Amino acid sequence: MTAKTAQPMVKAEGVHKSYGAAHILRGIDLEVAPREVFCLVGPSGSGKSTFLRCINHLERINAGRLSVDGQLVGYKQKGDKLYELKDSEVAAQRRDIGMVFQRFNLFPHMTAIENVMEAPVMVKGESKAVARERAIRLLDRVGLGDKGGNYPSQLSGGQQQRVAIARALAMEPKLMLFDEPTSALDPELVGDVLDVMRDLAESGMTMIVVTHEMGFAREVGDNLVFMDGGVVVESGNPRDVLTNPQHDRTKAFLSKVL
Amino acid sequence: MTDKIDKGSAATPPAGPGASGTPYEAIKAIPVRHYGRWLSAVVVAALLGWLVYAFSQGKVIWKTVGDKLFDPSVIAGLGNTVLISITSMLLGLLLGILFAVMRLSKNPVTSFVAWLYIWFFRGTPVYVQLLVWFSLPLIFQYINLGPIYKNETVDVMTPFMVALLGLGLNEGAYMAEIVRAGIQSVDEGQTEASHALGMTQLQTMRRVVLPQAMRVIIPPTGNEFINMLKTSSLVSAVQYTELLRASSNIGNTAGAIIEMYFVASIWYLALTSVFSVGQYYLERRYARGSLRSLPPTPFQRLKANLNMFRRTEVAR
Repeated sequence: MTAKTAQPMVKAEGVHKSYGAAHILRGIDLEVAPREVFCLVGPSGSGKSTFLRCINHLERINAGRLSVDGQLVGYKQKGDKLYELKDSEVAAQRRDIGMVFQRFNLFPHMTAIENVMEAPVMVKGESKAVARERAIRLLDRVGLGDKGGNYPSQLSGGQQQRVAIARALAMEPKLMLFDEPTSALDPELVGDVLDVMRDLAESGMTMIVVTHEMGFAREVGDNLVFMDGGVVVESGNPRDVLTNPQHDRTKAFLSKVL
Repeated sequence: MTDKIDKGSAATPPAGPGASGTPYEAIKAIPVRHYGRWLSAVVVAALLGWLVYAFSQGKVIWKTVGDKLFDPSVIAGLGNTVLISITSMLLGLLLGILFAVMRLSKNPVTSFVAWLYIWFFRGTPVYVQLLVWFSLPLIFQYINLGPIYKNETVDVMTPFMVALLGLGLNEGAYMAEIVRAGIQSVDEGQTEASHALGMTQLQTMRRVVLPQAMRVIIPPTGNEFINMLKTSSLVSAVQYTELLRASSNIGNTAGAIIEMYFVASIWYLALTSVFSVGQYYLERRYARGSLRSLPPTPFQRLKANLNMFRRTEVAR
């Protein structure tokens, strides 16, 4: 699909993650190219959400190497030694990585526009006027130009999720992570959110999407990875994997969800 | 047009519950008789009457209570009680937030220091703490902060300072636990979302977590304040002239000891009642959205209680 000559946006080599005795990720190797829409699918408990959360260091990996745009996530390497990053350095790394959560996680005590303005003002030290202008533009882009003054509780799930996307975009990230962005939505509201994501993909954003929306993956995805039991079972072009899966586990999963 | 409106308004008033429900005939039945309620009401009334009679026969000069209720020094004491309660509460709140954040910190040293503070100030009686602050000049003659500040301890530890430090530091320990519960009640997703946007721990706490924790923190804080109004009477032991001390000063000189305790009680009751009502409506307000149906206001409850004695009309 996309030429892999450029530096990959995300590169994972032998990534392991365990919580106590539970071994969630058992050696993940993959590469995501810039401007690529990369879909992660698989049954629940397969580790796809955990992997996504490792990319912006919400979870700490136990083994392997994980880098974003050539920079190790959560560590720096000097010689052959790894040093943990300080909280402020981790925060600085996360500025360039937007994340959208299954449960939206909007700040309930702020209006939609305040949600979008918060990070640019607090993190980048942007003036409120500049941040507000961008927030208005972004809310407009996700189709909520008239809802800026509403609190999250006054918005539908689909609207909340679109505000959450606008909030992430306000930091002008180079990579967007989507953690099952439509799983908590009523079926009739899924379409609006997927439209916004499709639009974002067309604008050239690098996106990693954990999803159960196979239609979206097939239509918009450049690459698809099927995970199960903490490993990558199968990967390739979404159309190929979804219509002609090679592994039995993939076939079994797809026969249930398609 | 008018016809329609007439019809609508004519159909609604009788027994039907919904505006458009078909009218029905309400059940007519003999309600259960609550003899127990009448019996207990008579017993309680008799006991209360006996109590009032006993006090009216005791050697209490009730006129003094009325005369001294608005005595200037009593009112000044009342003002001091409110002042020391509010300032101690503010100090307690600040310390509470500080130590709650420290307690939840990943740094084991700060977390331990906070634990130690809470352990000590919750583990010893506030009365003892007040006496310790009061006696401080006995062991430190000077407060000496090197070149910045030096003064005699007795001059610094005025009765107000002793009261403020004693009550405030004690309150801080309790507030720390309340604030900690509030912070922990905020959904973890909020912290994650904030971190994912690149905000630091401190920004996350200040901008995202604490404002939401307030919902949980405010109701018990109101409770603590009402307790503080009453606990502040203890500082009369460290020479601070608040309501109780002002009252008993008069009582001692005028030989009207019990009368002045009644005066103080009346004012304490007035204070706690006023702040309880405020607290009640504050809680109601913060319960919005988290409770399906709000609890009744005191007025609504009073009405309901009066109805209890009436033989309720069935199926109203």
